[in-house]
Amino acid sequence: MLTRRVIPCLDCRDGRVVKGVRFADLRDVGSPSELATAYQSQGADEIVLLDVAATVEARAHQADTVRAVREGLSIPLTVGGGVRSLKDAARLLEAGADKVAVNSAAAAQPEIIDALSAEFGAQCTVLSVDAADDGRGGWRVVVRSGKEPTAREAIAWVREGVERGAGEILLTSLDRDGTRAGYDLMLVRQAARVVNVPVIASGGAASAIHFFEALEAGADAVLAAGLFHEGATTVGDVKGYLSSRGIEVRR
Amino acid sequence: MRFVPVTVVHTGVANLASVQAGLRRAGAEPVVAEDPRAAEDAERLVLPGVGAFAPGMARLAVCGWVEPLRKRIEAGRATLAICLGMQFLGGSSEESRGIPGLSVFAEGAKRFPGHVRVPQIGWNAVTCGEGLRYLCEGYAYYANSYRLDAAPQGWCAAWSDHGGRFVAALERGSVLACQFHPELSGPWGIGLLRRWLGAGGSETGSC
Repeated sequence: MLTRRVIPCLDCRDGRVVKGVRFADLRDVGSPSELATAYQSQGADEIVLLDVAATVEARAHQADTVRAVREGLSIPLTVGGGVRSLKDAARLLEAGADKVAVNSAAAAQPEIIDALSAEFGAQCTVLSVDAADDGRGGWRVVVRSGKEPTAREAIAWVREGVERGAGEILLTSLDRDGTRAGYDLMLVRQAARVVNVPVIASGGAASAIHFFEALEAGADAVLAAGLFHEGATTVGDVKGYLSSRGIEVRR
Repeated sequence: MRFVPVTVVHTGVANLASVQAGLRRAGAEPVVAEDPRAAEDAERLVLPGVGAFAPGMARLAVCGWVEPLRKRIEAGRATLAICLGMQFLGGSSEESRGIPGLSVFAEGAKRFPGHVRVPQIGWNAVTCGEGLRYLCEGYAYYANSYRLDAAPQGWCAAWSDHGGRFVAALERGSVLACQFHPELSGPWGIGLLRRWLGAGGSETGSC
């Protein structure tokens, strides 16, 4: 049986992992390759690396970061941030990414999802969606690291992304991100119901119970950053807890 | 430490960085080959595969790999086929109807049933059938939408389950074909690569 995944996320800027990405005060928490291998030893099932700067100048740097992280990892690596073309994706894959996540560029030009999926396969194409509560029981897609709201309805966008060829959805609740209030379970439940591809829940995890709740709501994988960076808990402890609650995880 | 030379088939679309990094961690020194003569010359050959069946097979055909690869695998020479690389060994795939594979065996890859998540992305338990030299039980990392649901005759198989039992890996002679990615399957995957790299040596069968 396919196990559920626990995925630490490294938000990177200029080759360093930072914390508090969607908020003003960014704090340096360490080297991406060192943190990635540390989480791998804790039992992480995968690493997600999101480059939040990803300006034109930072591009070459980004590939170097991916290369350094890859050398030490024997688990899958998903990379996102600033992917706007097939060429951007190819550069990250050549550097050692196993999957590429698109976010803002896809919301602006959805055809990039079709193109990535045709070129590299659905299993390689992750649609990253940042969703914010619209105050009417639904969610809107927000792009550019949570700065720019769009007219897109999040659940419809998730469905469209999969129809276009995305093989996985990385779903972040902007309302919960950094709040420690737990994942947005309604959002997770609805997204997991409308698509047949795996859904990774993100945003708001502060305890092992939150991971359990998101998996119960239908998520195939759970992602967290700050919780692990702070050392409040380890991937191993989270997986131990999930296992004790009857969730199948790789031990 | 002695590094084991291993040749990786350059399939064009496939991302080779993870495979090469994995092989290095397992103690190998990978070299990428574009010339199909490597299928005859190389002591150990890796056939990776990421992408879709039809363009992958087309690429192998254009570059002249099809016959040399088939001969090598039929002779049981040390070959490691990964993910789509394993599906190339069969006769066909539902992913690209009408496109023949290397046809080392007749069975074709079929899509997972609709009631489970497709693609299958993540770690799945592997259980072992009889007669395996390299494989042992553990968790393997998969990223696939198609798989074999039956083992071809004459091959030893390991199994996983995702909406029903499917072939996790096949072995015959020194050929190891994995539907999962050993290079992304943690210490368990590295151990498997080590055993295959040591084919014929003392490390074989040390599950």
